[in-house]
Amino acid sequence: MELNVKNEEKGTLVSVTGRMDAVSSPGFEVELGKLIDEGNINFVVDFSELDYISSSGLRSVLATAKRLKGKNGQILLASLKDVVKEVFEISGFSAIIPIYDSVEEATAAL
Amino acid sequence: MKSIRLPAIIENLDKFIDFVHTCVGEYISIDKKIMEIELAAEEALVNIFKYAYPEKPGQVEMQCDSDDSKKITIEIRDSGIPFNGLSRPDPDITADLGDRKIGGLGIFLIKKMADEVRYNRSGDTNVLTIVFYA
Repeated sequence: MELNVKNEEKGTLVSVTGRMDAVSSPGFEVELGKLIDEGNINFVVDFSELDYISSSGLRSVLATAKRLKGKNGQILLASLKDVVKEVFEISGFSAIIPIYDSVEEATAAL
Repeated sequence: MKSIRLPAIIENLDKFIDFVHTCVGEYISIDKKIMEIELAAEEALVNIFKYAYPEKPGQVEMQCDSDDSKKITIEIRDSGIPFNGLSRPDPDITADLGDRKIGGLGIFLIKKMADEVRYNRSGDTNVLTIVFYA
């Protein structure tokens, strides 16, 4: 898993590449935690290059979303591949974490 | 039938998943299906890494088999404490963000991804059998 962070006018764009599994996904929570500590509270996460996510990945997204909720911030997900979207839907996470078809749509919703 | 046997530690997750990927890839070519099988395998393995051997280190054995071109069977064996995750209640997937828990989600995903899943305690061994129809 690789993260690419870009500060934009309306918030922080985080692009994730590779796999969010039990080994890699704690890194997502740690890195976003650092960005939150620096005062960023509005995130768009571009999953267009994310090939795979397991419950560990869901856990790290959930923990980040919960932290942001406490700060009146938000995390919006964009451009999920079919297999990743399926995991969000089956787990019911698509009902609690906003998902958009594109980064542009997510950014507009910030 | 192919198999792999390694210490039950998270550091070996990649090796197990590479094994699943290679083995399943010989039988099916749909990337989404392969990912679903990898996901079920990861969830089962991570539970074993975390809970099967609380006292002393142990091993996990994984077998991958296909009896014809359509049915793929993944069998995962450990000789840790008896644990039937399938008997646990499903997590509440309708709770809102503040109340949402992650526990039990791994087993739930296995049940949803697989066409059949069975648990057996055979002697001192936990056997989880996960079946997929390609």
